[in-house]
Parts: sequence; structure tokens; C-alpha cells
Amino acid sequence: MFAYVVRRLWQTVPTLLGVVLLVFFLFNFVGGDPAYLLAGKISNPEQIENIRRQLGVDQPYAVQLWIFIKQIATGDFGVSWATNEKVSEIFATRLGPSLTVLVPMLLIETLLAVAAAMLVAYVRGSLTDRAVMIACTVGQSISILVYIIVFQYVLAYQLGWFPVQGWGDNLAENLLKYSLLPVAVGVIVSIAPNTRLYRSFFLDEINQDYVRTARAKGMGEGRVMWVHVLRNASIPIITNVMSQLPGLLTGEFLIERFFSVPGIGREVLLAVERSDFPVIKAVTIYVAIATMVVNLLTDLLYRAVDPRVQLK
Amino acid sequence: MMQAVLGSGGLRRPESPGLWALAWRRFCRDRVGVASFLVVLVFFGVMVASGLSLVAADWAREVGVNYAPPTFVGPGTAERDAVASGSPRGEKAHEPNPADPLADVLSEIREKKPVSRGDTDIVDPLADALAEIRAEKSGAASRAEILSATLAFGGDRWGRDVLKKVIKGTETSMFVGLAAAALTALLGTLFGALAGYYGRWIDDFFNWFYSIFTAVPYLLLILAIAAVLNQKGTMTVILILGLTGWTGIFRLVRAEYLKHKVREYIQAADAIGASHARRMFVHILPNVSHVVLVQLSLHVVLFIKSEVVLSFLGFGVGVDTVSWGSMLNEAQSELILGYWWQLAAATIAMALLVTGFSLFTDALRDALDPKLK
Repeated sequence: MFAYVVRRLWQTVPTLLGVVLLVFFLFNFVGGDPAYLLAGKISNPEQIENIRRQLGVDQPYAVQLWIFIKQIATGDFGVSWATNEKVSEIFATRLGPSLTVLVPMLLIETLLAVAAAMLVAYVRGSLTDRAVMIACTVGQSISILVYIIVFQYVLAYQLGWFPVQGWGDNLAENLLKYSLLPVAVGVIVSIAPNTRLYRSFFLDEINQDYVRTARAKGMGEGRVMWVHVLRNASIPIITNVMSQLPGLLTGEFLIERFFSVPGIGREVLLAVERSDFPVIKAVTIYVAIATMVVNLLTDLLYRAVDPRVQLK
Repeated sequence: MMQAVLGSGGLRRPESPGLWALAWRRFCRDRVGVASFLVVLVFFGVMVASGLSLVAADWAREVGVNYAPPTFVGPGTAERDAVASGSPRGEKAHEPNPADPLADVLSEIREKKPVSRGDTDIVDPLADALAEIRAEKSGAASRAEILSATLAFGGDRWGRDVLKKVIKGTETSMFVGLAAAALTALLGTLFGALAGYYGRWIDDFFNWFYSIFTAVPYLLLILAIAAVLNQKGTMTVILILGLTGWTGIFRLVRAEYLKHKVREYIQAADAIGASHARRMFVHILPNVSHVVLVQLSLHVVLFIKSEVVLSFLGFGVGVDTVSWGSMLNEAQSELILGYWWQLAAATIAMALLVTGFSLFTDALRDALDPKLK
């Protein structure tokens, strides 16, 4: 087990190096000279030379790459170009609001989608099943933007059930007041594709021989579904849920933007709009690291759920 | 696909139907699949017609009053009065909403609202260009046309026909989806073929490449590239989406090539002296093309959705191009003022195409891979 974890971590090194190179290539070759971006319209060559020296872009590429790697290792990405706020500070303060919205969203959505999927898989082929599947297909085809715009307009603006947007200072207020509508919209948007996906996982299991055997020896339907089928179907479901975890770090871009949640997603969008490269670079690298760690955790979780899985 | 069908449909000699002919027969039996295929074809026709300027070429012309309401029966008295007074309908329909936190701001906006066209309080980046165009137009046609008070499908802020805008948006969004999916399928197939066929260090290299692209969440990667490119435009969107989206196709095609390269027909091809490239693309590719086709179709839907989000955020198509995303962007502020028709038009068009395309993809997969299910 320990040897496995060490080996897996060792394997992530080349990938991480690749991500670093990709980000470095994007921001140093594709993006053009950041000094011109920073200096804006009114600038003389002297100013630009100054900015270049400050940013270190007058150094050879090898040196610049080394500086970048040191930044990643120390976690010090310098300051935002737009606001002069420290990048680490930005993350520390924006993570909380993002998680306040995303954690309840992920929990509620997973529970609802698994329950709905199990139900429609159990009555597969029936009218309920087909109606739910059609609703999911149509629901999935409407852009997330439309859900947000319409829900915000009707539920918050017209009916006044929720605040239109905003964010408070304490967790309870945020959780019980401001994050309600964002969470609801997020759940509604993601429940359709996930119900479809989980239904196919349940269907794969429902037709297996062990289910027939369990029924043959007189086991109740509840036990068959909840204990036998659910446990076996949970492996692909866990994969899917875990794959959404790195997203907790990036926040939900659109929902945070519309509802003015001061989270990381909104910050990234702002950074993209303002060409605030340090922030984007830092997010990309950290989320890549998080993704690799989560992948490792997922594999370890498989082992816990399914003892047959051998970690090699 | 059509060629294969026609080829095997000949009556010269009894011939066992090929993969494509069988798939086509299975597809034709799937009523949902055929119906969704027709929907996709209609949208494709609209896209081509719009691209060739056969329809909606004059989408930018202002044919109605600002925010002309949608109706098929023509203007009623209320609308005529509104035209006479120079302001669009709906003004007096607004009752104060007790729950409205924006009431003050809104009433302010309504007071300042454009009475004459082009005189809005919102800064329009194209104001100069538009003014020029308008001056030209009024010079040429002396502005003889009378702006209609209502349009069948409603008008936008400039009084442009929403139906024509939707057609134009369909052209942009669908073209971006198709082109980006084609680019992605090309890259994914090429990389997958090379990695799966040659194996060894080439496989390692492409797997490394794959792990890099999958380590960064899709939307974040797109946004990062959009940030460094820092330019808008249809081509940019196609490149961003196409160059980042190849990972899924790569993985599947690579697995297929791993499976096929050890099969007997490839050994036979080797024995008769077929080159590597010939074996890869003439012998194996047709046998894995059904995988690529289904994936291509899946990616069209994904990219249409992504384009809408990108354009909505302002990182997508240029300001002078209409896409469903840019329409939704306009619709967002219009909705607060009570003008829902542009939102409805873009939503319905997109939902129709995406639902149609998704069902078509399902039918295609069932037809091409009958072992599934």
C-alpha cells in the first residue's frame, strides 16, 4: 500500500512537469510580451524596459522557467497585476465562498442523482423511466446560462424568494441566505446528465447474475437494491463524483459570476478579463496538482469499496 | 455513409451488406433517430443557407422599433400609440414589483431609455460604425421604410428581427461546433493512431501529453488559453476548442489501434508489403471509424455548449458576430426590462439542435455498435 502510494506520486512528476511547461509555453510564447499588456497604451520604451526587468521577462527562458518552478514550490506567485493583492492571499480569501456554494451543491446533487437513477433503473423501460430520461435529455440541452438567467429573474427578482445576488460576512448567513439559489441552480443543472449516467451504471449491475441469485434465495427487493446493487454500482459513481472534486478549487465560474459570490471562479473570470496572468497561472498549476492527488485518492477508495481491486 | 449505401444497393450481384449498409438499415428502423437526424439536417440547411447569404443576410437591418414585441396579428392600438410617441411598448405594462431590489435603478434606466435610436445610456463599442452605416442608409434610401411596431418574433435593442438573429446565431454556433469537432477528431485520431500503432516511446510520449491536458479542468484550460490569446473571433474559438478537446477521442482510438494492430488482416497487409502509413490509415482506420464518428457527434454538442458559454462571457466570437451566446448575453439585461423574446428564441433554437444532436448521436451509436445494449 505505502509502496503503491509512493510509486504513484513519483509517476505524477513528469505530468506535473508537463503542465508547468505547457503553462510556461502558453504565457511566455503564445501570450506575447506581458510588458506591453501591463504598460497599456501610454508607454515609452523606457517604461516597458522597466516593467520587463521587474517581471523578469528580460532573462533567458531557462532562468524564467527556473523562477516559475521556484514560485510553484514556494507557493509564492507574487502579486496580482491588476490589484497588487498577493496571489496566495487571493486564494486564501476566495476559497471559502467557493466551498460554501460547491460543497452543499455536490452533496445534494449526488444524493438526488443516485436516488433518482436507482429508481428509474429499477423501473427500467416503464413510462416513468422514459419520461425521466426524456426530461433529462431536454433539460441537458438547455444552456446553463438560461437556467441561471431565468431562475435569477423569476425566483429572486420577480418573486423575491431569494436575494438576487450578494454575499455576507458570516458562514451561517451565507449558507442559509445567499448560497441557496446558487446551490439550487447548480443542482438542477448537473442532476440531468448525472442521473442519465448513474442510471446506466445501475442498469449494468441490475442484469448481473448475482442479482438473480440474491432474489432467488428470497432476499427482499430493498436489500437487493440498497446493499447488493448499490455497492457494486458505487465504483463508477465514485469515479464520477471524485472527478468533480478538483472543481471545488476552481469554483463554479458562471454561478459565482451571476450571483456575485466572491469565490475563485469569479476571480479567474476577472483575471482572464484583465489579463492578470499570475492568478491564472497559479490556479492552473494548483488545480492540476489537486487533480493528480484526487486521482490517487480515487484509486485508494476503489480498494475500500471493492476488495477485489488489486493496487499494483 | 450515403456512398456505401448506394454502392451496396446495386442489383448487379448479390452482395453481403457491409458495416455501413447494415448500420444505415438499423438506423432507419430507429424512428427517434431518424426524426432527430431530420432536425439536425434542417439546422444544417439553415446554417449553409445563412452562410451563403441566402437567408438572414440583412439581419443587421433595423426593421422594427426598439424591442418590437412579438406578435403575428400586427400592431394593436397600444403599439401604434407607442410608435407614435416614439417609445416601445411595454413601458406602462411595468408594475412596480414589491420584491424588486433594483426598482430604483430600473426606474432610472427606464427614464433614460432610448427614445431615439442609438441614443442609449449603455456605451456601444460600435456606435460610431453604426452611426456611419445609418447615415449612409438614410442618404441612399432616404429612410423611406417605416419601422414596424411589432415583428412576428420580436425585435432586439436596435429593432433587428430576432428570427434573423437566431438564424445568424445558428450559423455561427453550429459552424463553430462542427469545425472544432472536426479539428478535434482529426487530432485525436492522428495521435491515437500513432500512439496505438507504434507503441513504445511514441505511445509514452502521447500518453504523457494526454495526462497533461487532462490534469487541467477543461473550462479552466480554455479560459487560460483565451486569456493569453486575448483576441476574439470565430477562428480563435474553433482553435481553442479544437486544440484542447482531443483527449477523449485519443484514448478511445488508441485503444482500438492497440487491438487492431495485432489482428491477422494487419499481418496479411504487412506480408504483402503495405507501408506503416497504409496499414494505419487505409487498413485499420475504416475499422475504427465508427468510434470516431460517434465521438465526433458527441463533441459537436459539447463544443456548441462551450462556444455559447465562451461567447456569453465575452471571450468567444467577435462583437460584430451573432452567436447564441452573445444573444443570451444581450437577453440577460433585456429580461429585467421585460423583453423575453430574444432569450426565448436563442434558448429554443439551442435546445432543439442540442436535443436533436444528442438523440441522433445515441441512435448513431446504437446503429453502429449493435452489441451495445
